[in-house]
Amino acid sequence: MTQNVALFVTCLVDVMRPRIGFATIRALEAAGCTVVVPQGQTCCGQPALNSGDRDHAIALAKQTITALEPYEAIVVPSGSCAGTIRCHYPELFEHDPDWLPRAQAVAEKTFEVMAYLDEVCGWKPEGVSLPATATYHDSCSGLRELGIKAQPRRLLKAIDGLSMAPLAGAETCCGFGGTFCVKYPAISNAIVGEKAAAIQSTGADLLLAGDLGCLMNMAGKLHRDGSKIRAFHAIELIAGMGDGPAIGEEA
Amino acid sequence: MSGFTERADAALADPILKIAVERTAGTSEAKRAIAIDAFPDFEAARTRAAAIKDHVIAHLGPYLEQFEASAIAAGAQVHWAQTADEACAIVIALCKAAGAKSVARSKSMLGEEIGLPHALEEAGIVRVETDLAEHIIQLADERPSHIIWPAMHKTREQVSALFRAKHANPHKEETIAAMAQSARRELRAKMLGADVGISGANFLIADTGAVCTVTNEGNAELSLVPPRVHIVTAGIEKIVPSMPHAIHMLRMLARSATGAALTQYTTFYTGPKRPGDRDGPEEMHIVLVDNGRTKMRDEGLAEMLRCIRCGACMNHCVVFRQIGGHAYGGTYPGPMGAVLTPALDGLAATRDLAHACTLNGKCQEVCPVKIPLPTLLKGWREKSWREGLEPTSMRWGLGLWAFAATRPALYRLGTAIAIRAIRLIGRTGWIASLPFAGGWTKHRDLPKPAARSFMAQYQQEQRK
Repeated sequence: MTQNVALFVTCLVDVMRPRIGFATIRALEAAGCTVVVPQGQTCCGQPALNSGDRDHAIALAKQTITALEPYEAIVVPSGSCAGTIRCHYPELFEHDPDWLPRAQAVAEKTFEVMAYLDEVCGWKPEGVSLPATATYHDSCSGLRELGIKAQPRRLLKAIDGLSMAPLAGAETCCGFGGTFCVKYPAISNAIVGEKAAAIQSTGADLLLAGDLGCLMNMAGKLHRDGSKIRAFHAIELIAGMGDGPAIGEEA
Repeated sequence: MSGFTERADAALADPILKIAVERTAGTSEAKRAIAIDAFPDFEAARTRAAAIKDHVIAHLGPYLEQFEASAIAAGAQVHWAQTADEACAIVIALCKAAGAKSVARSKSMLGEEIGLPHALEEAGIVRVETDLAEHIIQLADERPSHIIWPAMHKTREQVSALFRAKHANPHKEETIAAMAQSARRELRAKMLGADVGISGANFLIADTGAVCTVTNEGNAELSLVPPRVHIVTAGIEKIVPSMPHAIHMLRMLARSATGAALTQYTTFYTGPKRPGDRDGPEEMHIVLVDNGRTKMRDEGLAEMLRCIRCGACMNHCVVFRQIGGHAYGGTYPGPMGAVLTPALDGLAATRDLAHACTLNGKCQEVCPVKIPLPTLLKGWREKSWREGLEPTSMRWGLGLWAFAATRPALYRLGTAIAIRAIRLIGRTGWIASLPFAGGWTKHRDLPKPAARSFMAQYQQEQRK
């Protein structure tokens, strides 16, 4: 099955960790998709939306819809940004008869990358091996807005040599919360401190998740605490790029 | 009192509070999970519970009138209060008319909301709190920190010390049973000697005019039946059409709150003592309190009026679990409090609450009546933004960012410059301290951004 898919790369991946974008392209191509990266994209507008700045959220949503609507499907390496497009764009244009159908159309064909590979493409990584023990954190937006839970685990299971260590409280928020972590650093720190302790007690070598924001929060705390656990976006492993530098390691 | 951040910092600095909150909320979370697993199709039950509440909230007027007529037919007297002050004034007038020197109060969050403890004190009426946790709070001269366990912030050791200091005949042995006996000795005589009993209501049943209360200690029964006068204060959103609806809500309430199938004591009070009854109050008064509820319904918070005060949202909230209830500064804490408090106390003074949330959605997932709490919190953020209550730095920062982000070419130039500037700071792959990002780097390291953005690298590859 060949599908023309547009990659929405997310602003955080664009700036902080481009290799997540390249891993996404690699996995999608392995699954038989043709990937394009629309140039009109920047950010989905989630920071404005969650801060109450509706006008700017609408402006960015319009820009994103215009950039993405020509494609068959839109794939995003983030449950949180995919959730914004899928669940919140139609709400934003609830009272706008011109934009609502466009928002809905884009929402319906937007997918988080691991959900897309697993559910739409029915694909599994082949010939990928990585001898390591990993633990997986279920990021909140992907989990609760899009139901992402089994898909990444199914894909990771196909990696040779990778064993999964269960994480206590895997569905508990890590305290990132977009701007929450900088608005309330002390509370956020207390939350991520508990998360880091739970991750350390798994004995895993690798921490995986599907959202770079949460990963930066957890990895940043683990590094500050002196932990040797390395953090990756799960799609990097799935695309066979788990042997590269982890978050915070120089290439 | 100080602002939210200061209160939260104080809470974070208190290791005993953390232990106390974790004990209760953690236990409740585990017990709820077991109860929900054993419940046949909890999801359908939640949908039904939400539908029952939505229906009555949409038809509040007719159901309240039906309730009033039924309650009067059962011999009760019904009073209406628009505001907290009106509600208190009605209760005080009723107490004075009854010649009350002391009142026994059974725990009620509405009572806290309208400031009834304070109003009774002002009126010179002695108040005895009959719920064990409320009794603890009264002895400590504090406010409740949770809607189900008002004293959840206190450890057993702290309660023991309090009882020893304040009870006439305190416990000798350091056991829970002995402490409970100490409270019983202190409270029992006062309960039986009170002139008036005051309670809240978990549900008001429209077709029979019954008032339903649930307690785990039986203190409501003991404090409301012996006195000559029983006064109920209830929010108007507590209405349900009939007994089967109340039963359905009770099943949702107990499991969500404590994981129990039912609360220990569930009582339906329908009117005062009738001729031939052996006991019961001679007068029953029901004060129906609006205090902003119809305004909430009409201004986009109708879903919040579904709330049945189970506390599941706060028990499962990562923020509440770190800072406890007092940090929220209002009558109601946690996610439901963060939605209710701005409606009750005004947004200008409470705008922080809507932001003190990671929008992780767990509260909505566990809410037995499916209140979209994150959406309602975002609604407050939007209102705050529209009304210019957000800090100038935030408005300018987001404005500047949005200006660039809506111009892709400018955005790419901007990110390229920002990346280069930030990369100068980190010597390894990690940045331990970044100016203007102290909120992040105070507690965690920041990975260094990539040398070149994805978009720059991708475009170069395409040109090859």
